[in-house]
Amino acid sequence: MKRTKDAAGNSGKESAKNHNGKESGRKKYLLRLYVTGQTPRSVKSVENLKRFCEQHLKGQYDMEVIDIYQQPALASENQIIAAPTLIKSLPLPLRRLVGDFSNADRVLVGLDLKIA
Amino acid sequence: MKRLDKSPTGIVGFDEVTNGGVPKGRPTIVCGGPGCGKTMFALEFLVRGATDFNEPGVLMTFEETSEEMSKNVASLGFDLQKLAAKKKLVLEYVRIEPSEIQETGEYDLEGLFIRMQHAVKSVGAKRVVLDTLEAIFSGFSNTGMLRAEIRRLFRWLKDHGLTTVVTAEKGEGTLTRYGLEEYVSDCVIFLDHRVTDQISTRRMRVVKYRGSSHVADEVPFLIDERGFSVLPSSSMKLNHEVSSERISSGVKDLDEMLEGKGFYRGSSILISGTAGTGKSSMAAHFAQETCRNGERCLYIALEESPAQAMRNMRSIGVDLEKHVRKGLMRFEAWRPTQSGLEMHLLQIHKLVEQHKPSTVIIDPLTSLMTGGRDQLHSMLMRLIDYLKMQQITGFFTALTTGRNKEIEETDVGISSLIDTWIFARDVELNGERNRCLHVLKSRGMANSNQIREFVMSKEGIHLLPVYVGNGTMLTGSARISQEARERAENLQRQQTAEEQQRVLSGKRKALEAQIAALRLEYAQEETRATLVKQQDARRERELSEDMLQMESFRSGARRGKIGGRNGKVEVEHGS
Repeated sequence: MKRTKDAAGNSGKESAKNHNGKESGRKKYLLRLYVTGQTPRSVKSVENLKRFCEQHLKGQYDMEVIDIYQQPALASENQIIAAPTLIKSLPLPLRRLVGDFSNADRVLVGLDLKIA
Repeated sequence: MKRLDKSPTGIVGFDEVTNGGVPKGRPTIVCGGPGCGKTMFALEFLVRGATDFNEPGVLMTFEETSEEMSKNVASLGFDLQKLAAKKKLVLEYVRIEPSEIQETGEYDLEGLFIRMQHAVKSVGAKRVVLDTLEAIFSGFSNTGMLRAEIRRLFRWLKDHGLTTVVTAEKGEGTLTRYGLEEYVSDCVIFLDHRVTDQISTRRMRVVKYRGSSHVADEVPFLIDERGFSVLPSSSMKLNHEVSSERISSGVKDLDEMLEGKGFYRGSSILISGTAGTGKSSMAAHFAQETCRNGERCLYIALEESPAQAMRNMRSIGVDLEKHVRKGLMRFEAWRPTQSGLEMHLLQIHKLVEQHKPSTVIIDPLTSLMTGGRDQLHSMLMRLIDYLKMQQITGFFTALTTGRNKEIEETDVGISSLIDTWIFARDVELNGERNRCLHVLKSRGMANSNQIREFVMSKEGIHLLPVYVGNGTMLTGSARISQEARERAENLQRQQTAEEQQRVLSGKRKALEAQIAALRLEYAQEETRATLVKQQDARRERELSEDMLQMESFRSGARRGKIGGRNGKVEVEHGS
């Protein structure tokens, strides 16, 4: 299993610590992004998501990028149909966000950060 | 040009209807309303492929989980988990939960493609089932993208030579709700499940089959504990082989009415009549005869349970149980109201295929008439054709309700399909009901035109000649009494004749005596007459001798000259 724990994830953790003091009880976001190799759409989605998280969830998210071309079994395991798909497994409820995150408003709704 | 390659589904009857199965390496759409059996069709296609044709498969479900699916088909004897464990099948459940999904921009269905690819590769699949692909329309709103992706998916399946069955829900006035048939243009199969008079019938139609001939009619099918089966349509040609072999009906007297040889093998026989005219008994005799010759018999009872039927038959000396135990005879019974006509006939087809009988008995055929008469006619034609093709003799009984000539006419509908039609009726007379039987028609033989009385006893069935005399037909005790009366009359007549004979011979004797007396009298007269004649002659002689003597006395000297002309001589000499 190839986990792409990138810089954003690390910095996120750090910032989460920082934020803990200020905003106590802030939820931790567990995010997994399933992409298909290095296609333009994959690259774009990773970029978009990173930007979004830094903007809205700084310090309180854990992000993982999974390439289903290399790990097809994970696609089945996690019921991936569309690509790219982001699964927010925590906090509950579980959400699936499909698309390249170009519509930030929808991402906010999808992550329950904003009431639709 | 190369013919279209086909992939046999292994589904009973379907491969015949489509001349070989579904197009090989291409997608086929199976559509219909809810509960029409499309999933069952798809599954059997996959399971048969894995078990019978060594073609592993991928089952991609969108609505039911793999566990649910396995459970659903376990009742049909399909063990999906076992097949999966043997690497013959991949169960891939694609869960779509619209409430969880949020669209945030551009996407495609590459996830689905990867899963499909992975599944196909893992077992080297040759067959794919997508059940029900359209469910993805509920999870995603970008239909333009979905359509493009579906098109791409089918392209991919074709490119990889995967024989695919896609199930789709029927739409309002369209074959499928989302117009999937637009992408799958090779073969479209429509399944229908309708209920008429509380009885359900399932029908199948091949709407389209590019590059292949197929049966375009609606064909009935059945889903039961052995899976999906399609009733093969009747052949358009009447070219089945005919046998001139004769087989006994099991009733000696009936054989006599049929040139003394019985039925033709592979012919269809109908015995119709009102209730209690001995139709079933006749059928039982025929069944027994079949088994006695070491042949197999399939007995379908639609009114009695096997145990009851066999008990009843024992009372007329027919022991069918023995043959059932030996496996020659197969007794099947079910309620005619259980299902529609097609179902009955399909069931019969399947039983015939399993048991391989040389004789099929359906008792009574009229119980199948739950649908219209037209339907019965066409279905019966199929059944009879099917039996004839396989040289199986069909023996059917039919219950008629009326009690006069009209009966014969109302059954004309099926009569044209029947080779030998025996008509049983009861005759009511003098407070009795007696059974009578005659052969209404029998193709290809000089059958008897007699009406025979039908008597059942512990020894079985016997046919008696009915009394036909004095312009009436008598049966039962009326016949017996009439016969007794006749015997008495005969005796009397005989006695009178003897008496007359005696008188006559007496008379002759008297006459002869008289003749003898007369003869005697005549003889006496005759002797007397000769006597007189003799006396006369003697007297004359004596007289002439006397005269001669007298002459000689007179002439003395000329003694020597004794002659006739004595007088003259005398005169000459004297002068």
